[in-house]
Amino acid sequence: MNALLDIAGLAKRFDIGGKRLLHAVDHVSFTIGKGETVGLVGESGCGKSTLVRLINRLLDPSDGSIALTGADLAKIRASGFAGNPNRKRIQMVFQDAGDSLNPRFTAAQAIADPLRRLAGLSGAKLTARVEALADMTGLPRDLLTRFPHQLSGGQKARVGIARAIAVEPELLILDEPTAALDVSVQVVILQLLQTLKRELGMSYLFVSHDLNVVRLLCDRVLVMYLGKIVESGPAAEVFADPKHPYTKALISAIPQAEPEKRLGRLRLSGEPRSPIDPDPRVCRFYGRCPKGEPRCSSDMPVLREAGPAREVACHFA
Amino acid sequence: MVAIPALAVEDLSVEFRTRSGVVKVLDHVGFTVEKGETVALVGESGSGKSVTAFAVMGILDAAGKVTSGRAMFGGSDLLAQSERDLAELRGRELSMIFQNPRTALNPIRRVGQQIADVLVRHGGATRPDAPREAIKMLKKVRIPDPERRAEAYPFELSGGMCQRIMIAIALACRPALLIADEPTTGLDVTTQAVIMDLIGELGRDSGMATIFITHDLGLAAEYCDRIVVMHAGHIVESAPSRALFANARHPYSAKLLAATPGETASLASLVSIPGGLPDLRRADLPACRYSGRCERLTDACAQPLPHKTVGERHDVACWNPL
Ligand SMILES: Nc1ncnc2c1ncn2[C@@H]1O[C@H](COP(=O)(O)OP(=O)(O)OP(=O)(O)O)[C@@H](O)[C@H]1O
Ligand SMILES: Nc1ncnc2c1ncn2[C@@H]1O[C@H](COP(=O)(O)OP(=O)(O)OP(=O)(O)O)[C@@H](O)[C@H]1O
Ligand SMILES: [Mg+2]
Ligand SMILES: [Mg+2]
Repeated sequence: MNALLDIAGLAKRFDIGGKRLLHAVDHVSFTIGKGETVGLVGESGCGKSTLVRLINRLLDPSDGSIALTGADLAKIRASGFAGNPNRKRIQMVFQDAGDSLNPRFTAAQAIADPLRRLAGLSGAKLTARVEALADMTGLPRDLLTRFPHQLSGGQKARVGIARAIAVEPELLILDEPTAALDVSVQVVILQLLQTLKRELGMSYLFVSHDLNVVRLLCDRVLVMYLGKIVESGPAAEVFADPKHPYTKALISAIPQAEPEKRLGRLRLSGEPRSPIDPDPRVCRFYGRCPKGEPRCSSDMPVLREAGPAREVACHFA
Repeated sequence: MVAIPALAVEDLSVEFRTRSGVVKVLDHVGFTVEKGETVALVGESGSGKSVTAFAVMGILDAAGKVTSGRAMFGGSDLLAQSERDLAELRGRELSMIFQNPRTALNPIRRVGQQIADVLVRHGGATRPDAPREAIKMLKKVRIPDPERRAEAYPFELSGGMCQRIMIAIALACRPALLIADEPTTGLDVTTQAVIMDLIGELGRDSGMATIFITHDLGLAAEYCDRIVVMHAGHIVESAPSRALFANARHPYSAKLLAATPGETASLASLVSIPGGLPDLRRADLPACRYSGRCERLTDACAQPLPHKTVGERHDVACWNPL
């Protein structure tokens, strides 16, 4: 398959002073095909936002390459990416919808901004497109004249989504796009994403904590733990038959309305390991892993094949 | 004997002035939260959940105005308190976790110090002890390597970590009432479970009452005692969590449950609720603000909204419930 996005050995280490390095993203490799939806899940703080900010060139990587059909984006400096012709090929919906909107722009101006800058639209055409985008994302038109502080959390989130899909990018990165939406609006957005994928062949990298949504929307899923991908595979299979102990714990913790379904839950105990100067020999999950054996602290497991299209980084999976 | 609730919101109405007219955002909202209880506030985006929280905390936007109602807390009406008395209460007895954690934190102060400040200000620890207590709080909200991460600034932390710092700050002074506005949206489900257990523990041990605003109905069902459903500034249903899931009576609640992903097989089988919020600037808003979207609409629906009790602590504001 011809990949739209090909990430290889991508790493980001933050210098946090005192010669200490925080390994936020630790040599991650994966691909996204054209028209493919890839889900990215994992513990809070495991490096998901850092990874997507590297791909969207808001951060400079410490190592590795980011190929977008031919162009190596890792070579372009983050500060110079705004003027790059590849800019409009990738768009992003940010985790904090509210903070990423300009407080002096009305909702309409915020949505119009990328259309004006990247697609050269103006006048009646621009207005019509802005209104169409508001309709598509379920944003009532009477809210278009409002400023961010006059909108609710979910209304701001929809402005962020409308803005990002406005120029029909090839790759859309969504960092928890539906967390602030009520379930009805969420359905509208998820079905919209599926339509855009079908009609325009758009590809998505979808970061989410809502595992039910990931299961329904994504073709493939990547599971991250402390900077590393620990499992990947077709979404339906990973959810039905998780192999890595972390993935198992994650799926088992999905909230359940029916008490019977909460029985036999895996609860993780032990302290999470530090991302600061981690020992390269120790499995990142060691200490919390219900399996953990001496070997796990002297020989870090690497991703290996575990069935067709599936990979897992665990000695025992 | 019926215990006095920790918080009783009665008949609360709020309006906002905008350039294009007055928006009637909350309309005669009422609900109670008992001591030790966790009540989920769910519903449509824009239905007024955050505004309800802001009104109770006394931190409405300057363009907003409370036009009716009371919020009884420990024998006094929060809405009638002076700004000075409220400021005194906030952080000590009333705590709030905001929807946007990063902007609610001080960007130029280390997170450990921010927690320590709150502990000292509200008598949770002495100045010399505060840093150690702050690290304990970080550990409780599951920040790895808490000793070193206490030194971090908010921009050096992930979205979910900032959210957990906000939670640590809000819980540090053991409030009598916690209002948590979508506090766990940035957390994976394993971390979320730890936080929910922590809130539950404080409810049991120190009687903390919690208003938990969320869009995650599964989460509300598993961790909250009761669920209050809002739509366009009205409370349309309130019920024990189990009862709402088993037997939702308001047509809007039922649709909301049907749009929840859960164990559904495909995206196509989820149904969104047609239509949207009515324009809340209109002078002729219908008595039932859901009527424009409702399949069960009858002539009766033009009358003022009823408040029917349909079960044990189960109320519904509908003339034609399911
Ligand atoms: N500018 C920075 N300086 C130092 N450390 C940082 C910086 N940005 C992020 N980090 C650290 O990198 C790690 C990964 O953070 P990231 O925001 O990528 O996590 P995440 O997976 O998106 O988490 P969440 O689900 O909570 O949003 C965290 O330990 C975080 O503290
Ligand atoms: N300053 C303001 N001026 C005008 N309207 C406002 C203002 N603040 C809030 N609103 C409106 O009040 C309504 C209720 O907003 P609120 O933030 O309480 O919604 P919410 O239920 O918390 O929604 P969400 O789930 O999206 O966070 C929304 O329609 C919003 O647009
Ligand atoms: Mg993040
Ligand atoms: Mg809100």
